[in-house]
Amino acid sequence: MLLFYILTQISVAPLNIVIPPNVISNIIIPPSEVTAYDNSNDGGDRINVEWSLSPDDSLISGYEIWRSEVKDSGYYKVGYIGRTNTHYQDIAEVKEGVQYYYEVRCRTSKYEYSEFTAPSEAATSSSQWYNTYKTNVLIGLIIFSFVVLFAIFQARKGKTLFIRKINGLDALDEAVGRATEMGRPVLYVPGLGSIGDIATIAAINILSQVAKKTAEYNTPILVPNCDPIVMSVTQEVVKEAYLEKGRPEGYNPDNIFYLVGSQFPYAAGVGGIMMREKPATNLFMGTFMAEALILAETGNISGAVQIAGTDAVTQLPFFITSCDYTIMGEELYAASAYLSQEPMLVSSIKGQDYNKLILIFFLILGSILGLINNDFILNWFHN
Amino acid sequence: MRKSIPLRICLVSGIVMIIQFFIPHRYSQTVYNYTLDWLIVSGIFAIVIGLHSNFHLHITRIVRKRKGWGYNVVTMAATLSMAFIGIAFGIGADSLFMKIYRNIEVPMDATMFSLLGFFMASAAFRAFRAKTKEATVLLIVALIIMIGRVPLGYFLWHRFPELVEWIMMYPNMAAQRGIGLGIGLGMAAMELKIILGIERGWLGGAGD
Repeated sequence: MLLFYILTQISVAPLNIVIPPNVISNIIIPPSEVTAYDNSNDGGDRINVEWSLSPDDSLISGYEIWRSEVKDSGYYKVGYIGRTNTHYQDIAEVKEGVQYYYEVRCRTSKYEYSEFTAPSEAATSSSQWYNTYKTNVLIGLIIFSFVVLFAIFQARKGKTLFIRKINGLDALDEAVGRATEMGRPVLYVPGLGSIGDIATIAAINILSQVAKKTAEYNTPILVPNCDPIVMSVTQEVVKEAYLEKGRPEGYNPDNIFYLVGSQFPYAAGVGGIMMREKPATNLFMGTFMAEALILAETGNISGAVQIAGTDAVTQLPFFITSCDYTIMGEELYAASAYLSQEPMLVSSIKGQDYNKLILIFFLILGSILGLINNDFILNWFHN
Repeated sequence: MRKSIPLRICLVSGIVMIIQFFIPHRYSQTVYNYTLDWLIVSGIFAIVIGLHSNFHLHITRIVRKRKGWGYNVVTMAATLSMAFIGIAFGIGADSLFMKIYRNIEVPMDATMFSLLGFFMASAAFRAFRAKTKEATVLLIVALIIMIGRVPLGYFLWHRFPELVEWIMMYPNMAAQRGIGLGIGLGMAAMELKIILGIERGWLGGAGD
């Protein structure tokens, strides 16, 4: 019973309430004019607190922010911010609809304190149903979607659309053909990304096209995965590709496997496969990090033809140096459209290009306005 | 059914998440947090599938005594012993599990990472051979950057570091932002295509 009583008391006691220490320095003048107000465009869980700097700001280390639900008592510390700051955003379990009062005081490096300021007026937090800061994103999204859908609509009407040559994707056929001639497998590395990464989805789309070619040529394809969900999807994609080409017996589920979930063990494992199985073609598509160069250089040593595609800008130079072809950034996303030549997909790339044109227009306009000290475009994109 | 159900789920959840992005209300935040929880739960189930695949791969190779099957024995022994040690003796800061992790796995990870240094040297040697005009430009710029980033650069000419900063901040940044812009638009278009069911490669044959 006693233990139960103690536990009950502990669990109901507000742990963050601290009694103010008494080491008050009369020399330090507290800040003034504390105001508190609801933070806009949030879920009702933030309150902004502002004050005027203490005249002794240079002598102190910072300001402590205290909060209470009653104006005259029950204050407890909710935050601390360094000197020269006059604004603090309270995110310490702020409840929507509850009135909060704030006091601020100075703290020195020796833990001496000034007196508290007078309490602020009550501030109440509330939720909003629309984030006005994201209006520019919303307008951008509407324009972008409209342009892409317009391009798709044009394709439906039968308009032929031109798409520029992408050497890396053209070389896929040749690379798979080489593996077939040499009687060696194709190694397809979908990178470290999860299924939530767009680059991984793009890599899976390319895998679908590559698997159709390996099925056609009866060439084994090895797909070591770093993520179990990606593995399930890649297995399904390869299986369906073999079925579509009428070669279900050629599909070997053991060739699409989960290797390991960590970055460098994955690189070591894939490197081992390259050196032991000696695939004739290595395809690196998806999200890559520091392991990119380890993989590409090991593949280079093994003498394989290598094609890489990633949206990781920092890894692109490594792939460019170590691989025969590199599919850069947006080309990776365009790959499935390019390889399938399906009008609906090709038209979406066209829509993407129109959007790029709009952005280039704003870039030029923003640069010109910037030169005459007008930041309108800059601010519009920034906020 | 096989085609339509995943596509409908994708369409509805895609639109819901786009709308959620613009709504800061706490109900919207709750929906978002629930979605993240679902991702974690489905990820845990996926680990079981991954482990099954991993065990199946290694055990098959050991049983069939395929080339290099000794490596598979080492992998399986390491995996199982770490699992046993973790379950039997715990995974606290001073546990045997953590000692093995700190003294074996971390150094092995670091070794793999350090290989990057050697690979960078070999890749740089290949990239900087001045065979073409572009490669020559690359070689010259790389030399300027490398010299300017070490004290020798400042010693040779006190404005060398400034030149390097200029190259990094303007021509280099412009190229990176150009690629970044294309990536951003590409991602958005891809997402739109997936949500609207135009891009179906990720569904396997089910989407055809």
